[in-house]
Amino acid sequence: MKTIDLAKETVRDLNQALHDQASACTETEWEVLNPKGQHNLAVGVDQKLKIDIKGHAGYYCGGMNKEADIVIHGSAGQGVAENMMSGSVRVKGNASSSAGATSIGGLLVIEGDAGSRCGISMKGSDIVVTGSVGHMSCFMGQAGTLVVCGDAGDALGDSLYEVHIYVKGQVKSLGADCVEKEMRPQHIEELIELFERAGIKEDPHAFKRYGSARQLYNFKVDNASAY
Amino acid sequence: MCGIVGLYLKNDKYQSRLGELFAPMMIAMTERGPDSAGFAIYGDAVESGIKFTLRHEDENYDWEALAKAIEEALVTKVDWFQNNKVAVFKVEADADLVENYLRENHPDVLIMSAGSSIEILKEVGLPERIVNMFNLDKMQGSHIIGHTRMATESAVTMAGSHPFSTGMDLCLVHNGSLSNHNRMRQELKRNGIHFDTENDTEVAAGYLTYRLQQGDSLHQALENALKELDGFYTFTIGTKDGFAVVRDPVACKPAVIAETDDYVAMASEYQALTTLPGIENAKVWEPEPSTIYVWERGSN
Repeated sequence: MKTIDLAKETVRDLNQALHDQASACTETEWEVLNPKGQHNLAVGVDQKLKIDIKGHAGYYCGGMNKEADIVIHGSAGQGVAENMMSGSVRVKGNASSSAGATSIGGLLVIEGDAGSRCGISMKGSDIVVTGSVGHMSCFMGQAGTLVVCGDAGDALGDSLYEVHIYVKGQVKSLGADCVEKEMRPQHIEELIELFERAGIKEDPHAFKRYGSARQLYNFKVDNASAY
Repeated sequence: MCGIVGLYLKNDKYQSRLGELFAPMMIAMTERGPDSAGFAIYGDAVESGIKFTLRHEDENYDWEALAKAIEEALVTKVDWFQNNKVAVFKVEADADLVENYLRENHPDVLIMSAGSSIEILKEVGLPERIVNMFNLDKMQGSHIIGHTRMATESAVTMAGSHPFSTGMDLCLVHNGSLSNHNRMRQELKRNGIHFDTENDTEVAAGYLTYRLQQGDSLHQALENALKELDGFYTFTIGTKDGFAVVRDPVACKPAVIAETDDYVAMASEYQALTTLPGIENAKVWEPEPSTIYVWERGSN
């Protein structure tokens, strides 16, 4: 295992060392010490690495991740796993706003709470939050799954496209064009599979499903005469 | 952008180390605000009279002569000491009397703050320079709030530097921008609030001063601010005995709070909190939108 101590080396050193693994993989297990809330830790990784960040991370940790499995042993700042392509990011603590923003693939697990705009404009990733999510979560979400085991804040799923949203607790309010939908057998199966991948124990039958009413996201032919 | 930081001590344990604990918090926010920096520290309270922090552009300004002039003009006693371009004057007189005297007779002297406990120190430049210039790490007190500025709506000048104070012992720092500050400044001026600059943050400070004058508690004043102030903001506010944090309903300007048995600390980013004692076991959270967090001596 390779250890990088950010009390002695810079974030640039860390990220360059991780990027170098893309062309020639010499070390698959990495440990990062003394992150102390610094930004841009382990961004743009493009290799099947296992990266443990031992402490709190700042903004955009694990952003653009491809293939790596990143664990943050603390809380994460804004935009954790933003634009993730594949692999996984696990946050042991809480995550700030815009967790998993625009993420295209992979799995983001937040073991604590997530702030506002969790999964904003997500495009195919799976996000599992053991706690609650803040307001405007999944705003303009296009594809993928957002699972919230706690509560959701105001305007959940506003202007939603095709993300499957599941919430166990209370939803403070639904955003424009987001509605509650029937839980069918395939949705229970989807949750069982997701909980297994996320390594958490939850009863899928306790969740409600929310999705797009599909009234907003494409042009209505009835409006053609307005032009 | 801008960075804001605050440290409020819940007991006496760290009072003698307040400046030393706060200096690295300010410096950690340099990336968010490299243009100017400042802080308002609460401590060394006067039992009677008023404490002013005054600033003059000339480092060799004759503060002793100013003290004597005030003593003669207002028939009172002045204690004073100098810290770089700033001097702290403790005057046994009515605050308005002193402020009017200074504005009329010494318009080149800038009044940074007035109150029984507050001192505001700010300058243009990197936070580290300002921290060293005023020997922040030697300062003592009960609470302190600071600001590192990346200028947006007004120039990189002393006038645009934070923190702003518009009322006795009240101080506010702000990350964000207000959209209805112009009209509100006009309304507040009609209600007797004095403004020194065209800065939006000064209007927020002026609004709180006005509400407190109307009899609001700090909590009520902030509830009203949430209704009346339009824009993006995270505010941290200091009063003689209190400390408050509030974010607008959208909450897109960052804030994180850490609390232990001994202190409450807030910062724009967690990395400004990492040097505090016991931070590993502190309760750390992000303040909710439209939610008022207040700590006041004697009330909690």
